[in-house]
Amino acid sequence: MSTRTLVSPAALARPRGRATYWTVFTAIVLLFALAFLFPVYWMVTGAMKSPDEVARTPPTIVPKAWHLSGYTDAWDLMQLPTHLWNTVVQAAGAWLFQLVLCTAAAYALSRLRPVFGKVILGGILATLMVPAQALVVPKYLTVADLGLLNDPLAIWLPAVANAFNLYLLKRFFDQIPRDVLEAAEIDGAGRLRILWSIVLPMSRPVLGVVSIFALVAVWQDFLWPLMVFSDTEKQPISVALVQLSQNIQLTVLIAAMVIASIPMVAMFLVFQRHIIAGISAGSTKG
Amino acid sequence: MTKTTARPVQAITVRPVQAPPPAGDRMRRRLADQARAYAFLLGGLVCFALFSWYPAIRAVVIAFQKYTPGSDPEWVGTANFTRVLDDPEFTAAWRNTLTFTLLALLMGFAIPFVLALVLNELRHARAFFRVAVYLPVMIPPVVTALLWKWFYDPGTGLANEALRFLHLPTSNWSNGADTALISLVIVATWANMGGTVLIYLAALQSIPGELYEAAELDGASLLQRIRHVTIPQTRFVILMLMLLQIIATMQVFTEPFVITGGGPENATVTVLYLIYKYAFLYNDFGGACALSVLLLVFLGLFSAVYLRLTRTEGEDAA
Repeated sequence: MSTRTLVSPAALARPRGRATYWTVFTAIVLLFALAFLFPVYWMVTGAMKSPDEVARTPPTIVPKAWHLSGYTDAWDLMQLPTHLWNTVVQAAGAWLFQLVLCTAAAYALSRLRPVFGKVILGGILATLMVPAQALVVPKYLTVADLGLLNDPLAIWLPAVANAFNLYLLKRFFDQIPRDVLEAAEIDGAGRLRILWSIVLPMSRPVLGVVSIFALVAVWQDFLWPLMVFSDTEKQPISVALVQLSQNIQLTVLIAAMVIASIPMVAMFLVFQRHIIAGISAGSTKG
Repeated sequence: MTKTTARPVQAITVRPVQAPPPAGDRMRRRLADQARAYAFLLGGLVCFALFSWYPAIRAVVIAFQKYTPGSDPEWVGTANFTRVLDDPEFTAAWRNTLTFTLLALLMGFAIPFVLALVLNELRHARAFFRVAVYLPVMIPPVVTALLWKWFYDPGTGLANEALRFLHLPTSNWSNGADTALISLVIVATWANMGGTVLIYLAALQSIPGELYEAAELDGASLLQRIRHVTIPQTRFVILMLMLLQIIATMQVFTEPFVITGGGPENATVTVLYLIYKYAFLYNDFGGACALSVLLLVFLGLFSAVYLRLTRTEGEDAA
C-alpha cells in the first residue's frame, strides 16, 4: 500500500530506490495481468473446454483438450452471423449519419453564421446536461410514433443527436484559420466545396476520434436496442446474447461472448495509440 | 449582429471598383446565405429536435397523463407521481441506486487514482499498462456482465474458487441479497476503470515537475507531496470526473438487468431498471415518465448544487 512514490530521479537511482522500483513494477505487472488480462484469457479458453471441464471444481487453467466446437456451435446455433451483421449495419449507419449530419451542422454553426446560431448551439449543449438514459422512454415513444421500431433508422437518427461529437467538430472547425477559407472563397469555391476540399482534409484527426466514438457507442449499447428491436431477427449481438443466454450451453455462450468482443477489441488494438491519445487529450483540454 | 462584419468586406475586395450593391441586392444575398447555412444545419437540427428536445418535453407531459400507445392520452394530474411514489419498489430502487453510486464512487474513484499515481512513476512498459487497463472498456458491457455472472456462480464460479484458494469463506456474490449490490459495483468498477485511469494519468502528466522538486527541497514527505502538490493540481479534473461518474452510475441498467434481474428480493432494482419495468412490463408509460422526470429533476438539482459548490471552492483556492 505504501510503496507508491512520487520519487525524484535521484532517489530512483539509489540502490534502495531501484529495488523498490522494480518490486513495485513487478507487482503492478502481475496485478494488471491478473486483473485485466486473465479474465479475457479465461473467457477465450473457457469456450474451448468441454462442457464437463468448464463446470469442474477446481477449474483447470489450461484446457485438457482443446475443442473448437464451442465456437462453431455458437456461430451456427445462436445465429451469430445474422446478429453480427445487424450490429455492423447499425454501427456503420450511425457512423455515416453522424459524420455527415454532425459535420454539416458543426460547419454551419462554426462558419456560416446562421441567425439564432448561438441559441441553437446553446440548445445543443444543454442536452449534455440532461442524463440521456433517463429520457429513453419518451424517446422510444417518439420512435414508435414515427413507425421506426425494428428499423435500423431507430439507431441511426438518434445517434446524430450527439452533442458531444458535434461540439468537438465545431470547436475544431473554429480553429481553422480564416485566411485559408477566405482565399478559397475568393477563388470562387462554394460552401460545400470549401467544406469538402479544405475543412474536412484539415480535420482528419477529429474526424477519426468522432468515428471511433460513434462506432464504439453503437456496438456497446444495450438498453436502446433492447427497447427498439423486439424482432429477434433484427437484434444486434448485445441484445441477442442476453436473450439467448438463458437456455444455451455454457461453453457455447462463452464462445459467443468472445466472438461478440472481437471486433471492438481488434479495433482497439489497431488504433490504440489514437484512442488513448484521444481520451487523454479530450480530458485535459476540458 | 456579428454576421454582417466579414462578408461585405470580402465583397468589396473582390470588386473594388464597383459601387456597393443596392440595399435590396444585399438583402437577397444575405437571405441566400442564411438559406444555405440552414440547409447545412437541417439534418442535425431535425435529429436533435426529434430525439433530444422533444422527448425531454414529452416526458414532462406524459408524466401527467394516462398513456398507452395506440389510444388517446388522458390527463390524470399527479396520479402517476402518487402511484409511483407509493410503490415499495420505488424506495428500494432509489436506495439501491444511491448505494450503488456511493460505492461505485468510493471504488471507481479511489482505485483508479491510486493506480494512476503509481503508473505515472513507472518508466517501463507504459504501453502495456495502458492497453491492459483499457481492454475491459472495449469489451461490450453485455459480455462483461455475462462474464462476471459466470465468475459469480456460487458453485463453479471463479470468484468462489479464488476465495477457496485463499482459504477464505465463500460467498453468494450476486445471488445473495446482502452481497448482490456490491458484486455489481465490482463489475462496474472493473469495466470502467480504464477511462478514468487514462484521464488521471493525463492530468498527472500535466503537473510541472518543479513543484515536486520545490516541495522536496522544503522537506515534504511523499504523502505530503501527494496532498499538497498532486491533489491540488488535479483538483479540477477530479471534480469534473466525479460529477460525470455520479451522473453515469445513477443510470446503471445493464449490470442489474443481465446479472441479477433486479433480484434477489429487489436488492438490485435501480431507478432506470424500474423505469424500464414500468414501460415494458406494466405497460404504464405515464408511470415510467413520472419516474424519468423525478430522476431528471434529481440529477439536475444535484449537478447544479455540485457545480455551484465546486466553483466557489475553485475560487477560494485561486
